[in-house]
Amino acid sequence: MSLITTAAPRTTATPAATARRRPARSAGTPYAFLAPAMILFAAFLAAPIVYAAYLSLRKVKVSGLGLGAKSRTEIWAGLDNYARSLSDPDFLPSVGRIGLYGLIVVPTMLGLALLFALLLDANRTRRSVGKFARISIFLPYAVPAVVGSLLWGFLYLPRVSPITDAFEAVGITAPELLSRDLTLWAVANIAVWGGTGFNMIVIYTALRAVPLSLYESARIDGASEVAIAWRIKIPIVTPSLIMTFVFSLIATLQVFAEPMTLRPLANTISTTWTPLMKVYRDAFTRNDLYAAAATSVIIALATFILSFGFLKLVGRRAFNQED
Amino acid sequence: MSVISARRRSPLATTILLLGAAYCLLPVLWVLIASSKSSGELFSTFTLAPSTHLFDNLADLSGYRDGLYWRWMANTALYAGVGAAASTLISAMAGYALAKFDFPGKSTVFNVILAGVLVPGVLLAIPQYLLLAKVGMTNTYWAVLLPSFISPYGIYLARIFAAASVPTEILEASRIDGAGDWRTFFTVVLPMMRTGLVTVFLFQFVAVWNNFMLPYIMLGDDRLYPITVGLNGLLNQGANQPAMYTAVVTGALVSIVPLIAMFLTLQRYWQVDLAAGGVKA
Repeated sequence: MSLITTAAPRTTATPAATARRRPARSAGTPYAFLAPAMILFAAFLAAPIVYAAYLSLRKVKVSGLGLGAKSRTEIWAGLDNYARSLSDPDFLPSVGRIGLYGLIVVPTMLGLALLFALLLDANRTRRSVGKFARISIFLPYAVPAVVGSLLWGFLYLPRVSPITDAFEAVGITAPELLSRDLTLWAVANIAVWGGTGFNMIVIYTALRAVPLSLYESARIDGASEVAIAWRIKIPIVTPSLIMTFVFSLIATLQVFAEPMTLRPLANTISTTWTPLMKVYRDAFTRNDLYAAAATSVIIALATFILSFGFLKLVGRRAFNQED
Repeated sequence: MSVISARRRSPLATTILLLGAAYCLLPVLWVLIASSKSSGELFSTFTLAPSTHLFDNLADLSGYRDGLYWRWMANTALYAGVGAAASTLISAMAGYALAKFDFPGKSTVFNVILAGVLVPGVLLAIPQYLLLAKVGMTNTYWAVLLPSFISPYGIYLARIFAAASVPTEILEASRIDGAGDWRTFFTVVLPMMRTGLVTVFLFQFVAVWNNFMLPYIMLGDDRLYPITVGLNGLLNQGANQPAMYTAVVTGALVSIVPLIAMFLTLQRYWQVDLAAGGVKA
């Protein structure tokens, strides 16, 4: 029965024609399938965003001595909270820090991920080394940021660190990795360590989709391995690189777990070391939800502008190449 | 294929790959060794010299406040397991609807979800906290579980997988054979999307397992903590009583064992193609 009815459309029907054959289906069905997702989306994504935007425009007015239930009322604040956030002496330094952090982490992490992916791909035949390296480099993705920071934190402590031992073995005074000058690099290292493997797998997966015969013909034409990587492989993985870049950018703007975990080990990390740490301090230490909301909105807007801007800028060029 | 194996193998490439592997394994190697040391030895013996106290340390860790550590591990398994399972099912339903049905508002829904992919989850944690506080749900299991049920990225992936792996003819056949929409979904569509859904599940499982800020904000009772928040608290205590550091280090080792085991067994599912959607759309 079903064989007879499906045989005809399989060869002739266009998607539009198949869609027209669907009147038996109730019109509400797709909405029923979407309902749980949409309800949760509204409750845990849309509503918090709207609520944060609303709170960022409000403030508390204290009347009289500030005692009693009625003396504190919430009133319209306009852009006061934003002005306060932007002029907070802790805000700009935290933004500068995270900007520098991003400049260190994103290119290093994606550069290493691309390098390792290309080497793994070139080494497709050497099974044992490739497999060992692939699993080892990917492994940190399985380690939560808190645990990774904790492990590196101990490795940074002069009294435990094999890094110190290595420096002393060759007669150089080891750098203090958690000193004021180096903390940013120490945190950046944790992010590079944790993120390289995942991005490597993304790029490697894209490379694996390319038929080997394409490289063979290039090789017969006399192209070197480096030329093949540069002229064929990198253009092929460009869409993956763009996506990993955007996701890394988003991750950079929300650095929180790593510095929070390192804080007990390093007195060089302040409570407003990153913008998100400042949001946390404002909301829970100072009980200033309005300032926290305003800073959150600023960070969210920055994320959107950066990621959309980048996608528009590079996306267009990447798509033009296909024509 | 013989042409490929005849290609010259570069010792430089192998060396770079092995250096990368060594860099990534260094902290893991360190924690393996450090958790075998007594608290006296941790700061006094050569870093990479193992000792014999691993089982004592495990016993001490288990003894910490009547096995609170194991409760954290169980909580983490609950948050990650239930959260990832629910979010996979919800994503599969939504992704299937977006890939295989035509309905008014479809492109709006999809665009909204795509924008959701770019919203940093961590930024939502504080407003989510404020909203859940209003309904009195903070400091409960639900405060961590419910936000993990929705994953825009999971929906986006599920839509790609449904479009690629569920042929429309099969759906037609199933309907003509008399199966309802839900029966078709559970008996025909879900099995066909299985491989893709494992990927969605793994993604969300790791995301919840690694999550720190959301539970850190939501939970006050340390009996509800997941392992990340628990270990962070232990480390903070260690700043005052360095003997705690042994528990922290041993706890860190134990906490990464399950995820690493899961990674090694489910390796073949980690073929991540973030850009696949971009190519198809």
